[in-house]
Amino acid sequence: MPSTGREPVVDVALQGQGAFTGDTVARQRTLAKLKFSDRAFHNLTRGAAILVLVILGGVIVALVHGSWLAITTFGLDFLTTQSWNPVTEKFGAIAPIYGTLVTSLIAMLIAVPLGLLIALFLTELCPMSLRRPIGIAIELLAGIPSIIYGIWGLFILAPFLQVHVQPALIGAFGNVPILSTLFAGPPYGIGVLTAGLILAIMVLPFITSITRDVFEAVPPVLKEAAFGLGCTTWEVSRRVVLPYARVGVIGGVMLGLGRALGETMAVTFVIGNAHKISASIIAPGTTISASIANEFTEAVGDIYTSSLIALGLILFVITFIVLAIARYLLARVERKLGS
Amino acid sequence: MSVTGLYASRRRSNTIAITLSVAATVIGLGWLVLILGVLFWEGFSGLSLAVFTEMTPPPGSAGGLLNPIMGSLMLTTLAVLLGTPIGILAGTYMAEYGRHARLTQVVRFINDILLSAPSIVIGLFVYEIMVYPMGHFSGYAGIVALALIVIPVVVRTTEDMLILVPTTLREAAFALGMPRYRIIMHISYRAARAGMLTGVLLAVARISGETAPLLFTALNNQFWNTNLNAPISSLPVVIFQFALSPYKDWQQLAWTGALITTIAVLALSIIARALAAPGKQT
Repeated sequence: MPSTGREPVVDVALQGQGAFTGDTVARQRTLAKLKFSDRAFHNLTRGAAILVLVILGGVIVALVHGSWLAITTFGLDFLTTQSWNPVTEKFGAIAPIYGTLVTSLIAMLIAVPLGLLIALFLTELCPMSLRRPIGIAIELLAGIPSIIYGIWGLFILAPFLQVHVQPALIGAFGNVPILSTLFAGPPYGIGVLTAGLILAIMVLPFITSITRDVFEAVPPVLKEAAFGLGCTTWEVSRRVVLPYARVGVIGGVMLGLGRALGETMAVTFVIGNAHKISASIIAPGTTISASIANEFTEAVGDIYTSSLIALGLILFVITFIVLAIARYLLARVERKLGS
Repeated sequence: MSVTGLYASRRRSNTIAITLSVAATVIGLGWLVLILGVLFWEGFSGLSLAVFTEMTPPPGSAGGLLNPIMGSLMLTTLAVLLGTPIGILAGTYMAEYGRHARLTQVVRFINDILLSAPSIVIGLFVYEIMVYPMGHFSGYAGIVALALIVIPVVVRTTEDMLILVPTTLREAAFALGMPRYRIIMHISYRAARAGMLTGVLLAVARISGETAPLLFTALNNQFWNTNLNAPISSLPVVIFQFALSPYKDWQQLAWTGALITTIAVLALSIIARALAAPGKQT
C-alpha cells in the first residue's frame, strides 16, 4: 500500500462515511472517489466562474454581430448624423447619444451635490440613533423598480413641471441670452429636463451610500486633529474628509453615472422620444435606451433593427468604460482600507 | 478682515453648509415619501379582488392582472432557479478554490460591471441568441434574460459571504482529512447560509421589477398562457403598456400593478436586510 503519511486521518474521514477501514482496496477506492469528486467540483465551480466571462464576451459578440449591417452600411457616419428615418432607411445615432449624455449630465449636476450633502449629514451631523433608519430610507429609493419611477414621472412629475415649473423657467429666463435658448419652447412637461430629474432621484441612493461609506472610513484622528485646531464642521468636511475620501467619492459618482447612462424604463416614460437635438432642455428628446425600448419590437426591416442594436452596442461600450473606471477607483479605495 | 469678521464669516459658511445638508436629506426623504405616497394612494384605489382573479381587459373595460401576475411569478421563479446555481458555483470558485487566482480577479471585475450594466442590453443579447434564431418571442427567452441579471448579484454575495467564513473552520475540517468539496458543502455553505440566502432574495427583488430585458424576449400576452415557448405576460411589461395607453381603466390597472410590484420588491429587500443584519452591517 503506498504510504501517504496521513493514514490515521484518512481513516477518520472514511469512518465518517461508513467505509470499512480495514479493507485496503475499498479504502483506496474511496480515496480515489473522493479525489475525483473534488476535482469534478473544482472544475464545475471554475466553469461557472468562466461562464461569467463568457456571458460578457457573448454580449459583445452578439451586439457586434447584430449591428454589423448598420456598421457596414453607415460606417462612421452613424455616429455623426442626426437623421433617424425608417422610411428612407437612413439612421444616425447622434441624437440618442446626445440625449443620453445630456440627461445623465443633468442627473449628475443634481444628484452629486445632494448625495454629498446627505452623506455629510449622515456621517457628521445626524444623531446616532437616526443614522441607520435614514440611511436605509435613502437606500430604499434604490430598491424601487425603475418602472415605478417612470409611471410616477409621467403622471405626477411631468404635469407638475408643465404647470408650475416650466412656465416659470421660461418666464424668468426668456430674455436672458443663452438661458433663453436652454429653456425655449412650449412647456410639454415631458422632455430632457424631466428625464434628468427622474434620473437624479434614481442615482441619488447609489452616490449617497458609497459616499457615506468612504466618509465613514476617514480615520477619526484626522478629523479630531482638525476639530482640535478649531475648525468648524464644514471646514473639517471640506478640507479633511472630502480630500481623504476623494477617490472613493469619484468612484461612487462614476457608478451613479453608469446607472444613469443605461437607465431605460424611467426615461422612456418621460423623454418624449423625439429623434432630434434641440438646444432647449425642456424640449422632448430621446436616449439610446429609450429609443431601443420604444422602437425595437416595432422595427420593420433588417437595417432598422440592426441600427437599434448598434445603438445598444454604443451604450454598452460607454457604460462599460464608465463602470470600469468606477470599479477600478473603488477597488483602489478598498485595497487602501484593507492594508 | 478683522478677527471677529473672520470668525463670523467662518461661522456663517458653517451654518449655511449644515442647513444645506439637512435640506438635502429632507429632499431625499421627501422624495421617497412622495413616490410611495402617490403610489399607495393611486394603487389602493384600484385594488380589488378582481385584480387577482381576472385577466387583463381589452381597452375600455374593467379587468384584472391575473395573467401578468402569474407570468411574473413563473418567469421570476424559473430565472432564479436557473441563475442561482451558476452564481453560487462561480462565487464558490472565487472564494474557495481560486481565492488568489488571477481568474478570480478578472471575474470579480467583470462581474461587478455586469452587476450595473444596462439591463436593456441584456434584452438585446437574448434577442440575438434566442428570439431571432427561434423565430418568435418566448417565455424561455425572458427567463434566460432575467437569469443573466440574477447571476452577477448571486456571484457577488456568495463570494462576499464565503470570504467571511473563518479560515480556522476550514482548517479544522482539513485536519480531519475531509475532501475540499465536502468542506465547502458542509462547513462553508452552512456557515454562510444566511448571507447567501440574502443574495438570492436581493436577486429576486431586482428581477421582479425588471422591464427592459423582457420587452423583446418574453414580450407580452393579453391572454392566459403558461406555455413558456410562447410570448408570456409579465407585470412590469403590462404596467409599461397600460400606463402609456390613453385608457383610464388601463392606467388604473398600471398603478395597481405598480403598487403590487413595489410592495413585493420592498418586502423582499427588507427581509433580505433583516437576514443579513446579524452577520454584516449593511
